[in-house]
Amino acid sequence: MHFFRFLERSALLMVAVGVASHSALAVDITGAGATFPYPIYAKWAEAYKAKTGNNLNYQSIGSGGGIRQIQNKTVDFGASDMPLKPEELEKSGLVQFPTVVGGDVSVVNLPGIKPGEIKLTGPILADIYLGKIKKWNDPVLTSLNPGVKLPDQDITVVHRSDGSGTTFIWVNYLSKVSPEWKEKVGEGTSVNWPAGVGGKGNEGVASYVQRISGAIGYVEYAYALQNKLTYTLVQNREGNFVAPNVETFKAAATGAQWDKAAGMYLILTDQSGKNSWPISGATFILVYKSQDRPDRAKEVLKFFDWAYADGDKMAMDLDYVPLPDSVVKLIQASWKNQIKDASGKSVW
Amino acid sequence: MSAVVNPLRGRAQADPAALMSRTISDASLRKHYRLDQLFRHATRFFAFLVLALLAGILISLLFGSLSSIRTFGFGFFASAEWNPVTEQFGALVPIVGTLTTSAIALLIGIPVSFGIALFLTELSPKWLRRPLGTAVELLAAIPSIIYGMWGLFVFAPVFASHVQPIIKSTLGSVPVIGALFRGPPMGIGVLTAGIILAIMVIPFIASVMRDVFEIVPAVLKESAYALGSTTWEVVWHVVLPYTKVGVVGGIMLGLGRALGETMAVTFVIGNAHRLSASLMEPGNSIASALANEFTEAVGDLYLSALIELGLVLFFITFVVLALSKLLLLRLARREGRTT
Repeated sequence: MHFFRFLERSALLMVAVGVASHSALAVDITGAGATFPYPIYAKWAEAYKAKTGNNLNYQSIGSGGGIRQIQNKTVDFGASDMPLKPEELEKSGLVQFPTVVGGDVSVVNLPGIKPGEIKLTGPILADIYLGKIKKWNDPVLTSLNPGVKLPDQDITVVHRSDGSGTTFIWVNYLSKVSPEWKEKVGEGTSVNWPAGVGGKGNEGVASYVQRISGAIGYVEYAYALQNKLTYTLVQNREGNFVAPNVETFKAAATGAQWDKAAGMYLILTDQSGKNSWPISGATFILVYKSQDRPDRAKEVLKFFDWAYADGDKMAMDLDYVPLPDSVVKLIQASWKNQIKDASGKSVW
Repeated sequence: MSAVVNPLRGRAQADPAALMSRTISDASLRKHYRLDQLFRHATRFFAFLVLALLAGILISLLFGSLSSIRTFGFGFFASAEWNPVTEQFGALVPIVGTLTTSAIALLIGIPVSFGIALFLTELSPKWLRRPLGTAVELLAAIPSIIYGMWGLFVFAPVFASHVQPIIKSTLGSVPVIGALFRGPPMGIGVLTAGIILAIMVIPFIASVMRDVFEIVPAVLKESAYALGSTTWEVVWHVVLPYTKVGVVGGIMLGLGRALGETMAVTFVIGNAHRLSASLMEPGNSIASALANEFTEAVGDLYLSALIELGLVLFFITFVVLALSKLLLLRLARREGRTT
């Protein structure tokens, strides 16, 4: 009886001490939003906690959810694959900055075709997704790929059934290269697809493409790599047919003019640079300009500062492309200029 | 109340104290009365709580879909366009998809369940009844997402390579209904979703049917057999009319599951917001559209349109339930009539 009471008391004491010490030293920052960068944010959070003891709690509920939660002030930062336009940033009083770069890869399922064998251009991709090019041995495709044996098979277009930043990057690119796509369909995280079937998530698209012969789809670069899908070459702005890999993504990110973009609203599709991958995109973080809790804002910025400095290798291990140093300096300058507390003093 | 024992029997000169100890005291009576009241209030509270929850869900759905109702009005039900970019939404494709997949599920599921229930109660040897019955009920325990995965990874490829070409060449060339079976054999689509749903609702309908078939009084069946009926005549003319309430209830249970089933349908229906005449083409259902698009819906009108879709599903279920009650009423009215 005495022994159990002793056990009870010591257990309570340990819990109390644990809770007290935890809350005294560690800070919990919360974020929510895009699913695309979730793996790298989770990895950074783990490493950051080991180093500083601070927790990052990130919920990957989707870009739309992330935007809504930061507007409702339920989280410290929001994450979105689709950047907000400068007017929307002004209206909500938010600041956005990019963290990592990724991109969409066009993948196909054709018997006997190896990765990187088929060449496609932006306008051709738009026509396929509009449903105008219906068969693989269409003259447009065979003339572009003379040495490749393209079968007389229907093209099954695979797209995303859920709203997503991956879709946004894809349709943004198609809108840039095809006026007909821009007029008929437009861009957004979810669009009115004229043709094809929809898979849920990158996994859904990847599995449909793998299962349906003659299918073409778009997936995030990491998924194409890990599922060993047959990717195609795409022609970039300079006219070169490039393959999707870390070098071509980096080329697209470096060629971009972040300093000229108001509110850092820059979508990396169709960038100049002879080696650029035309369907790249960055993922963004949203925080408030005017902070009523400057200490928490500082912790958020400290986390991302650490990630820019020490997190590059972890990002590359997970097939993301880290931002070039020049862009990181721009981002830190914008923190200093834009994120202020109630008295007007800069938080960073 | 002859069962009540007269406490005075056999005790001509009963001791008053002893008498008191055999009857209920006032305090005890009051305690019992209070307990009864408590019980009555508690059960009434829980019953009304369910009603209140239902009303609460309905009200929150209505509030959420107000802006979509105001923008689109009744045109929402006639429009097949689902465009998040221009914010034009129409519920026709998901509604048609939901009704079609559920109809296919019932068309396949009811005869099969009837056969299973019939076999289990009338035809099967006694030693087979329990294992077979348990196996059918185990089907109901499989989570729906496993059905979706099985449908996508196992069923769809087999369906595409072996079954769909046969359907296309035979039924596809029949003049009128052939239009239902055109299109490339992808393995996924409205028909596949309907078949997976059929497999999911069969255990529910079959076990309810089997339970109600079993409680048919033996004397009814034996009288029919004695008059020379065949097994089929007994089942069709004696068992089914007796159990019609249970059978319709079981079918409504299966239909309810089919209407609301989300994950299994999302995997195999193809998620295309397009109306097509062919069952082999991809389509969409209400639950599948909600599961796919709700978390990423950017913009209040988009969210409101999705909530209105949820409200529509709520009403479809309600209408289906009302129709089933009407059907039961109609059947009950025909009872006792000479045929």
